[in-house]
Amino acid sequence: MKVLGIETSCDETGVAVYDTARGLLADALHSQIALHADYGGVVPELASRDHVRKLLPLVRRVLDEAGVERQALDGIAYTAGPGLVGALLVGASLGRSLACALDVPAIGVHHMEGHLLAPMLETPAPCLPFVALLVSGGHTLLVAVHAIGDYRILGDTLDDAAGEAFDKTAKLLGLDYPGGPAVARLAESGDPARFRFPRPMTDRPGLDFSFSGLKTFTLTTAREAGDDPQTRADIARAFQDAVVDTLYIKCRRALQQTGLRTLVVAGGVGANRALRARLAELERAQGASVFYPRPEFCTDNGAMIAYAGALRLRAGQGEGLAVEVRPRWSLEALSVVA
Amino acid sequence: MKILALETATDACSAALWLDGEVEETLRLAPREHAALLLPMVQSLLAGAGLTLGRLDALAFGRGPGSFTGLRIAAGMAQGLAFGAGLPVVPVSTLAALAQGTAREQGVDRVLAALDARMQEVYWGAYRLQGAHVVAAAQEIVCPPTAVPPPPGAGEWAGAGSGWLAWGEALRAATGASRVFADQRPQARDVASLAATGLAAGEAVAPEQVRPVYLRDQVAIKPGAGA
Ligand SMILES: Nc1ncnc2c1ncn2[C@@H]1O[C@H](COP(=O)(O)OP(=O)(O)OP(=O)(O)O)[C@@H](O)[C@H]1O
Ligand SMILES: [Mg+2]
Repeated sequence: MKVLGIETSCDETGVAVYDTARGLLADALHSQIALHADYGGVVPELASRDHVRKLLPLVRRVLDEAGVERQALDGIAYTAGPGLVGALLVGASLGRSLACALDVPAIGVHHMEGHLLAPMLETPAPCLPFVALLVSGGHTLLVAVHAIGDYRILGDTLDDAAGEAFDKTAKLLGLDYPGGPAVARLAESGDPARFRFPRPMTDRPGLDFSFSGLKTFTLTTAREAGDDPQTRADIARAFQDAVVDTLYIKCRRALQQTGLRTLVVAGGVGANRALRARLAELERAQGASVFYPRPEFCTDNGAMIAYAGALRLRAGQGEGLAVEVRPRWSLEALSVVA
Repeated sequence: MKILALETATDACSAALWLDGEVEETLRLAPREHAALLLPMVQSLLAGAGLTLGRLDALAFGRGPGSFTGLRIAAGMAQGLAFGAGLPVVPVSTLAALAQGTAREQGVDRVLAALDARMQEVYWGAYRLQGAHVVAAAQEIVCPPTAVPPPPGAGEWAGAGSGWLAWGEALRAATGASRVFADQRPQARDVASLAATGLAAGEAVAPEQVRPVYLRDQVAIKPGAGA
């Protein structure tokens, strides 16, 4: 079954073709980072307008690269939420109507299910059941996954998402948007012993997160210690160590609480190398296995949507002709794929 | 010639099938439900005519100006349907469709089309009937209702569209229009008939060339750009 996947929930236009028999055939991405950079964040209206310009050319290119005629597609998957309503509508309108014209089924995919299943595009792929850590620009979730679609949220952030914390800290340090990779780079030359930031909510039971305090800590530290280049690097290092350590502690706790031995990490922050190095300790110390998507599939992409959609379409799920998007949509509301 | 037309730039969501001059249309007043309504409308029109998309000559859509989200729904659906079925797309001005519908229903031949653009502005265009179809007599603009240009030529001009509902007094004062049809809405049947002429005149584009025409292009202010 060959499925075209379309992702337009935020500031990346992603398209891919996934074949349930042969795997991923092609994928392409257009990033709007440059478009929004001058505004210090994503401008929803500009994002929607750019998706309209970029989406169909990208679809054509991916079909070409996959060597698949549009008539040979067996289904179409598009991100239906959560995300920016205007941006979601671009992908959903085009995706649903294309499926209608080709007379194949269509499925609206939950963006975070896409992220969560992205590691399954790799070899070796993780086996169910597992614990998933979703750490992106908008989410910080620990999820127990017992089946495709059977998602129980074990922990959530009470305020900022992990990626958001990286972005805000980057801003405070005068780095460009999006700040995650920039903070990570700066942290490499930072002295780990100079500052120690708190590990929020690790001293009490539970799996929830809170990252907004770190921002304040960064601000006061920067104010007191000055802003020479070395100090900024030291702050970046202390911030990253605190986030990484916090995520590590909660992941270890989630594995212990659930008795599961597989951890799957996805979302943009999952590309962070310090995080990956730290989580490797779970493999040594706990005998757990940790899985990641390839770095380019940590952030938004069409491949994860094509894959998640293919699993659901193969199980006979699909949408009616009414195009619906869900800017807010809980992972726990999804149906289980038998 | 067979054309499927979509129009979702205002609260009115409509689809129409143009079959060699015969028109079948479905229209619903349904703010914020356009995405849910449009494809079912298309499917029942095609089924009613015993047609499939592949038998059509082109897709047409109201390319704006109008509600940004509405424009993108029609554009996206036109792209998806046209790309899937291997058809070209004819973009039609939403203001022209509004003027065309006014000429058709009210028997007038000069129309000042105005849609409420929010933010104290109107989308504005002037159209003259030539034969069976309206043609633009001035460039489309977005501007405050007090700043619309005078009618482009002599004769009696009629006002049409939601802009006249919101800003009737200012627009009458600026244009001297006496007859006003503020309830007229852009409709897919008029998009279709204008598209039939446009298709014959070579105005069709490939689906990836499809672009909404927003008119309002200043939608965000860069921090530090000054007031
Ligand atoms: N190497 C890195 N280290 C830390 N953070 C990173 C790194 N690379 C990317 N990020 C962060 O990841 C986030 C982007 O990830 P992603 O694209 O998955 O999020 P999103 O799609 O914006 O949010 P969501 O999926 O929750 O809607 C940004 O906040 C970015 O700063
Ligand atoms: Mg994402």
